[in-house]
Amino acid sequence: MSSSDKSEHPVQVEGLTRRFGKTVALDNVDLAVRRGLVFGLVGENGAGKTTLIKHLLGLLKPQTGKVRVFGLDPIEKPEEVLGEIGYLSENRDLPTWMRVRELMLYTQAFYPKWDEAFAEDLRETFELDPSARIRSLSRGQRAKAGLLVALAHRPALLLLDEPSSGLDPVVRRDILTAIIRTVAEEGRTVLFSSHLLDEVERVADHVAMIHKGKITLSAPLDEIKERHCRITLRFSESRTAPPELAGALWWEGRGQEWTAVCDGRLDALKQQAAEMSAEVVEEGVPTLEEIFVGRVKTGRAASREV
Amino acid sequence: MRLHISLDDGVPIYLQIVNQIKYLVASGRLGPGDELPPIRVLAEQLLINPNTVARAYRELETAGILTKRRGAGTYVSDKGSPLTRRERARILEGRADALLVEAQQLNFDLEELTQLIRKRAQQFTKEDRKR
Repeated sequence: MSSSDKSEHPVQVEGLTRRFGKTVALDNVDLAVRRGLVFGLVGENGAGKTTLIKHLLGLLKPQTGKVRVFGLDPIEKPEEVLGEIGYLSENRDLPTWMRVRELMLYTQAFYPKWDEAFAEDLRETFELDPSARIRSLSRGQRAKAGLLVALAHRPALLLLDEPSSGLDPVVRRDILTAIIRTVAEEGRTVLFSSHLLDEVERVADHVAMIHKGKITLSAPLDEIKERHCRITLRFSESRTAPPELAGALWWEGRGQEWTAVCDGRLDALKQQAAEMSAEVVEEGVPTLEEIFVGRVKTGRAASREV
Repeated sequence: MRLHISLDDGVPIYLQIVNQIKYLVASGRLGPGDELPPIRVLAEQLLINPNTVARAYRELETAGILTKRRGAGTYVSDKGSPLTRRERARILEGRADALLVEAQQLNFDLEELTQLIRKRAQQFTKEDRKR
């Protein structure tokens, strides 16, 4: 790993495998996150997103493979690594007995780069009462408190594990804004996991899909969108099952009209459609959500066939 | 300047911004010398990645529609609207294509569609006069 790699890729994971008993939580995962980008990690519950993020934080030790954050091993150099990371977990495990003010002072002690004025700004923006106990905060307020302490030392890498899950639109907006601000400041990087695909589609530069511990697709979002398409075919006669179309990830429809989300270019699919004398009545680019659902379903069908 | 981003219509987000700004310039709602919001501000307003806004601005600069003044923001080019008639026509062509597809699916031929457009245009002029 050269030094330019280190500065260009704050996160590098190579051949990472992790088992919990018989369950393979991560299966030979390779990942490189480029500096200054928003990296979206998507997958079903239990796909391995949190396990992966815990390795980056040094909370789990790789059984096989290598994890480097800023070129360092988070297990060997926890202080250096964690000092540059802002982390918000899905469970926002905050000390519930503390007051907001105490949480801020407590967290500040761990981070030499803590920016007091910025922390205070965030507290006001998030409308958090400094004397309120964490225990008494609503779900949304807790998320904001967690976000505050993740951001206030202006980390070079922001790690958010399902930050929006279970939150109302107003708080979700605050979280997205935090992601946007972080990358808008030169050189900072965000890695976030989410199952809210529309949010990922809005803010991610690069998307990795993880399924049963394996990275099934990792590419710039634009590229993912370009290589998939959605096509609606109309057949002269009613069908009871979808047609065979190379690249189709999933089908929806009945009777004469069937819509497929496909991994493949439109022209190739149109040719196939012409060969089965079906008329193309609609075509377009699927949303990230449609692509994701399609790929998960194909994965399931494939594993059933094995 | 109010832009609208849709995730469902299949047009990449940066292109939606490019198209809408072109449209605003072509229709005169953005004039020569008008300042555009900073990348970060527009990104936060639309809740999208700032790199996407940057890409849209870059494309519009290359097209000569926007000019970056060093350290002082992004402006609509002084030359006035650099959108040629051809480019303005292209905006309409997109709409026309959609209309044609729909007409075909609803079994209207070109003749009937043209008649319909003429009829609507007359209606428009009448309503204008009333105002």
